[in-house]
Amino acid sequence: MEKFFFQYRTFKSVVMYGLCILSALIAVVPLVLIFYHTISLGIGALNVDFFTKLPKPVGEPGGGLANAIVGTMILVGLGSLIGLPVGVFAGVYLAEFGRNKFGTIIRFLTDVLNGVPSIVTGVVAYTVVVLPMKHFSAYAGGFALGILMIPIITRTTEEMLKTVPHSYREAALALGIPQWKTTLRIIIPAALGGIVTGIMLSIARAAGETAPLLFTALNNRFWHTTLNQPIASLTVFIYNYGVSPFEDWIAQAWAGALVLILLIFILSMVVRFATRQRY
Amino acid sequence: MDVSPELQKTVSPKSFSWNFGDTVFKYLTQFFASLVLLMILLMAYEMYASSSLSIQKFGWSFLTSSEWDPVMDKYGALPFIYGTLVSSLLALVIALPLGIGIAVFLVELAPKWLERPFSFTVELLAGIPSIVYGLWGFFIMVPWLRSTVEPFFSKHVGFIPLFEGAPYGVGMMAAGVILSIMILPIIASISRDVLKAVPISQKEAALALGSTRWEATRIGLSYSRSGIIGATILGLGRALGETMAVTMVIGNRPVIKASLLEPGYTMASVLANEFTEATSEMYISALIEIALVLFVVALLVNASARLLVWSFTRNSDTGGRL
Repeated sequence: MEKFFFQYRTFKSVVMYGLCILSALIAVVPLVLIFYHTISLGIGALNVDFFTKLPKPVGEPGGGLANAIVGTMILVGLGSLIGLPVGVFAGVYLAEFGRNKFGTIIRFLTDVLNGVPSIVTGVVAYTVVVLPMKHFSAYAGGFALGILMIPIITRTTEEMLKTVPHSYREAALALGIPQWKTTLRIIIPAALGGIVTGIMLSIARAAGETAPLLFTALNNRFWHTTLNQPIASLTVFIYNYGVSPFEDWIAQAWAGALVLILLIFILSMVVRFATRQRY
Repeated sequence: MDVSPELQKTVSPKSFSWNFGDTVFKYLTQFFASLVLLMILLMAYEMYASSSLSIQKFGWSFLTSSEWDPVMDKYGALPFIYGTLVSSLLALVIALPLGIGIAVFLVELAPKWLERPFSFTVELLAGIPSIVYGLWGFFIMVPWLRSTVEPFFSKHVGFIPLFEGAPYGVGMMAAGVILSIMILPIIASISRDVLKAVPISQKEAALALGSTRWEATRIGLSYSRSGIIGATILGLGRALGETMAVTMVIGNRPVIKASLLEPGYTMASVLANEFTEATSEMYISALIEIALVLFVVALLVNASARLLVWSFTRNSDTGGRL
């Protein structure tokens, strides 16, 4: 009886571990499928025109999403104008001065801000920028993306600054260098690789966002002339084309998705490589 | 400034001369840090102010009425709240066991060389944009559900109200499945961190008492219960606010149906679909109130999850970060 019970427990152990291995295998399946389908369906519409031409009206073959690609870059650039200074400086504060109550609260709120749905950020950008200006614009989209970038940059900057050894700070202070100069000229350069990694992660996330752009940057089928008007973005185009009934538009949506996925993949690889070398 | 405790003891702060640059630098960075706080307050205030029209007219009935009729200017958010909750809970039901399984696999079973590439795979899964999940869900997963999975359910367990009705493909089930794929990385990676923070003595004691390896793992799992609950709530938080992928597969119909095969609607997707089309001020105001509800729920969910994860991993080197 006892022997039987032991065998049952050993059997259960093997089964449970088997289920764990199975769940790890299941997790890989969607990733492989998404990559496979995006590549196989997107590669057909991916050509030089895709990167250099404007979208064509319904029915006309060809055309590309050049304005959308440039638009995404502009929107992410505008977002970085907000996200970079706020994120990096807030991260510096948390790492260098943040061992107090205020620091703990800000650290906590940064994580909470990271969890705010991106569509809500879009609504806020709508009320703050679009309503007063009375029209959709690149500014509004950039504002929404900027808010999304802040928490990622803040937390990675803090983590990376904390990996710089204490002896660096002590040596600099012992030489009589003021604190601010120590931070700006010694601590930040020492952690620069990691900080850049965080910035790239936030850029990757912002470039892939659709929801906050839907009613801030809206969309545009032509080259934009000022930042004060609706602007195209790759993600909104993927959405509009993806739900459209036209086959060549759907093919272009897949091509856009492929470009996005490749961008994310390359950035992740670079990030992996950079962090592996340094730390 | 972060200096080691020894240095702090030997040099009293008073002996440093007052430095203008340091003061400016400290307050400058503090200003930027306060912007995070201001940003959250601004979000709450802006949405509250912009939805005052709808808040005044409907009061609390906004949350309990299921009538959504832009033509008659009558707005009730219940179908959206219901859709958000059901699709997110369904995602949790699928993703939680898988996530814990992956965490156990990574901590207990995986050979060292496999751990890095596998973590990379999971991270990649987390990095894929929502819109790509949406596209894939819409064109690949939904037809598969319609032709294979849902007919199976309605044939064998169709008598249960949960699986009643015709297999449309789009609907609650599609939303739940796509969300479960999207939140799996969060649950798996935090559970892994939490499991790693379990003291080895717990496991050793269990093994020494004659337990099998799985029983020792079980003890580790129950030891890290609060951390895993935190990871789950964090996954829930992500699922609640997910927009594009859900919008493309849930069917977008503001109804409350028991069956998972029926189409539904979520708070995030009604915003994505109707915001630019909203014509009357009351319509816009009602939509912004939905955003406010979503914001408050996300805030509460995230805050409680962070507190749980923090309280567990505070003393370990992983720091409770993703």
